[in-house]
Amino acid sequence: MKISITEKGPKMYIYLSGDLDHHEAKGLVRQILDRLDTSMPRDCILDMSQVKFMDSSGIAVILRAHKHMRELGGRLWVENVPSQPMRVLDASGIDRLITISSLS
Amino acid sequence: MKEINTMSIQFPSKSSNEAFARGAVACFVSQLDMTLTELGDIKTAVSEAVTNCIVHAYPDSIGTVYLRAKLFEGGIVEITVRDKGRGIEDVERAREPLFTTGGEDRSGMGFTIMESFMDTLKVRSKLGSGTTVTMRRRVDRRTGSGK
Ligand SMILES: Nc1ncnc2c1ncn2[C@@H]1O[C@H](COP(=O)(O)OP(=O)(O)OP(=O)(O)O)[C@@H](O)[C@H]1O
Ligand SMILES: [Mg+2]
Repeated sequence: MKISITEKGPKMYIYLSGDLDHHEAKGLVRQILDRLDTSMPRDCILDMSQVKFMDSSGIAVILRAHKHMRELGGRLWVENVPSQPMRVLDASGIDRLITISSLS
Repeated sequence: MKEINTMSIQFPSKSSNEAFARGAVACFVSQLDMTLTELGDIKTAVSEAVTNCIVHAYPDSIGTVYLRAKLFEGGIVEITVRDKGRGIEDVERAREPLFTTGGEDRSGMGFTIMESFMDTLKVRSKLGSGTTVTMRRRVDRRTGSGK
């Protein structure tokens, strides 16, 4: 799992790539939350276009980042989700809470 | 049901084996002709069951995870994931969406995902002696038979 972050004004883009499972998620949450605290963006966009595989461990990562953005008074949404991760997100019903768009 | 092929592996409950486990199953079941979506669903279900052994069955130690895959005539894949860990107190409750004993790191969706991605899911567990998860999925073979 690789993560790269860019900021454009009040927007922070987090690009995830590789497999998002329990093994990879362990350090990822801390990394994302720390960065949100330092930069305090208004909007955070999680870009998943390069995620090759995701299981329920990824749901917890997205939910925690979303909750943290709320606490900071900002918003988070998820973009460019490929089909396998999208099936996992669909099954979880997380789209009732967070705006998610699939990779076209 | 007539069995065509079977494989089993066992490995220590290290998180680095999660990718290995789902990858090994994906390789094995690929001898049945199936769509990428079906293969993805099976990999996801395996990842959920194996991660549960690593996170919940052996929370503070390294134990052994036993994984078996079987192929049956008619395009049926059966996956069994077994541990000798701490077991589940109330299986029915554990299978409910959002139920978790894992705190903020978990979402409580593992069993729900296994259930929705596979055709059947059976969970047998005994406190203190371990858990066995058996799931089946029929895949849509487009051509030929599983040779
Ligand atoms: N192999 C196991 N051994 C012991 N307890 C288990 C096992 N598998 C599941 N459980 C229990 O069942 C609960 C529900 O499991 P489930 O996979 O649905 O959610 P989770 O693992 O808590 O979260 P997620 O899978 O979304 O990361 C777990 O929190 C745990 O208490
Ligand atoms: Mg789980």
